[in-house]
Amino acid sequence: MPAAEQTERHPLVELQGVTKVYGSGTAAMRALRGVSLRIDEGEFVAVMGPSGSGKSTCMNILGCLDTPTEGRYLFKDVEVGSLTRNQRALLRRHHLGFVFQGFNLLNRTSALENVELPLIYRGVKLEERRSRAGNALALVGLAGWEYHTPGELSGGQQQRVAIARAIVTEPALLLADEPTGNLDTARSLEIMELLTSFNQDQGITIVMVTHEQTMAQFARRVVQFQDGLVVTDRVNGEVR
Amino acid sequence: MLINTFFLALREIRRNVLRSFLTILGIVIGVSAVIVMVTIGGGATAQVTEQIASLGSNLLMIRVGQHMGPGQTSAAPSFDLDDAQALFREIPAITAVAPSSSQKVTAVYGNANWSTAVTGIDNGFFTVRNWTVQAGRQFLDTELRSGKAVCVIGATVAKELFGQQNPLDSKMRLGNFSCQIIGLLEAKGQSTFGSDQDDLVLVPLRTFQRRISGNQDISLIQVSVAEGRSTDKAKSDIEYLLRERRHISGSENDNFQVRDLKEITKMLTGTTQILTTLLGAVAAVSLLVGGIGIMNIMLVSVTERTREIGIRLAIGALEREVLLQFLVEAVVLSSFGGLIGILLAVSASIGLTKMLNIPFIFNPGIMVIAFLFSAAVGVIFGFFPARKAARLDPIDALRHE
Repeated sequence: MPAAEQTERHPLVELQGVTKVYGSGTAAMRALRGVSLRIDEGEFVAVMGPSGSGKSTCMNILGCLDTPTEGRYLFKDVEVGSLTRNQRALLRRHHLGFVFQGFNLLNRTSALENVELPLIYRGVKLEERRSRAGNALALVGLAGWEYHTPGELSGGQQQRVAIARAIVTEPALLLADEPTGNLDTARSLEIMELLTSFNQDQGITIVMVTHEQTMAQFARRVVQFQDGLVVTDRVNGEVR
Repeated sequence: MLINTFFLALREIRRNVLRSFLTILGIVIGVSAVIVMVTIGGGATAQVTEQIASLGSNLLMIRVGQHMGPGQTSAAPSFDLDDAQALFREIPAITAVAPSSSQKVTAVYGNANWSTAVTGIDNGFFTVRNWTVQAGRQFLDTELRSGKAVCVIGATVAKELFGQQNPLDSKMRLGNFSCQIIGLLEAKGQSTFGSDQDDLVLVPLRTFQRRISGNQDISLIQVSVAEGRSTDKAKSDIEYLLRERRHISGSENDNFQVRDLKEITKMLTGTTQILTTLLGAVAAVSLLVGGIGIMNIMLVSVTERTREIGIRLAIGALEREVLLQFLVEAVVLSSFGGLIGILLAVSASIGLTKMLNIPFIFNPGIMVIAFLFSAAVGVIFGFFPARKAARLDPIDALRHE
């Protein structure tokens, strides 16, 4: 049984009437026009929508990389909009994990060192860092690849390293921005299974942006964006 | 965190060895140029001081005529032996006096001939001018008094006329008389002004007057002032006495000059020090240029690594951590450049001082200064790129291709 279903759910993050405007005057671009969204601990949410629908902006706000123009964003009951840049950085450091479409690993740096990176910023001592990073790599099925650099790894493997880097800190929330966008179907399915297992076994809340219906099938909940608004928010009936 | 940042910086430098090397090249050249200039300047100054000391300590030179500019003197009556004796008698600060007169003469031995300066002296000359007789002896009192045809020769004359042969007790011809060599002077080498100090033949003053010049004139009196006595005081005493002896009235100028070697030393070391400072300043400019090179490359590096900075910021790096990372990188680079520069400078200085024949003086102070300066260059020129990196917006940085 997934841990998340045993107890009553607590809201992890909550968007309340969030708008986001880029630029000003006539050049102003309203990326979000009043989004309200609550995500509970242990959920696996897929965010879908065409380009320019506001889903990336929404992810940036959820990831504390950006702040709302209006409305409130609560992360574990903390109002993120009122935090300073450094406070948001600390929030990311301690509670968030990121997986990107382009993997975003450090070049010419071994897989192990890439996974260690967030632990360095957390001030974890070298030995513990090494063993935790090694374990994370083993969890994503890359035991034995520790000393390979991204250039020596396939796309699927690189994304696994990125996932290992995201989960090595045991974050409360993992944000994945089209994690399978650069991979073929077989590799994509592997990555999705990996994400599902982290959601179910470790109770890590996952919010994932995807274009592909197949990938969205893995999530329990699918949120559809269009023109800066949430148009549908439904529970996925047939989770894979 | 700082140690981590340091290793992070090292890793970053290792990731791009060639570029790191080119980055620090400016600093390397700047640091080594400054050190080489200062070291060679210091060696030259030391050499000047040493050479002047070899002329004799506390030496005053009294010449006939007034100095009218470089190489020009006004005509005036010569000194005579009485003047020299009076100086020694009347001025207690004078410990030795050496009257002399010299003339260019061709010396001949066998088939060899050599044009050299023959100087008529008494034994005070050896003391006053710090000459050591390496083989043979100085003149005997009887030889001085009777004006015997004997001479002591310098190393250059010995080499030119006798080659490998031992010149002692041989007879050589000086102008129109033949004289016996009784002593050989120890070599002194080149003077500060570039002339060969060992190119000389010494004969008793009386011999010189009788056989070469044919008069009683003395053109140069050199005196030693006692250690611890003021040479300025001795100089004014000499001037007073000589004015009296030469009947120069109060309003007339001296028709002789007294020169203190210390003044010349001061002037020469002053000149070399000014030159050293000047060259050092020029070299320091190249250090500055090196710093700008570091800033340039660090800026390129920030642009190139924008995505990496984005990743770090997204993962939760604080602004000051990114700033520190780039700053430490710049400082590690520049101090590394400083270290290489110091090593290069030491070997270049040793080589150059050998080539220029000046003493190598190890100067740890300038190395410490150069090293600290290069590190400071890293901080100053690394700060702007580092701040640029730290202030990047993580969203834009991640999107950067």
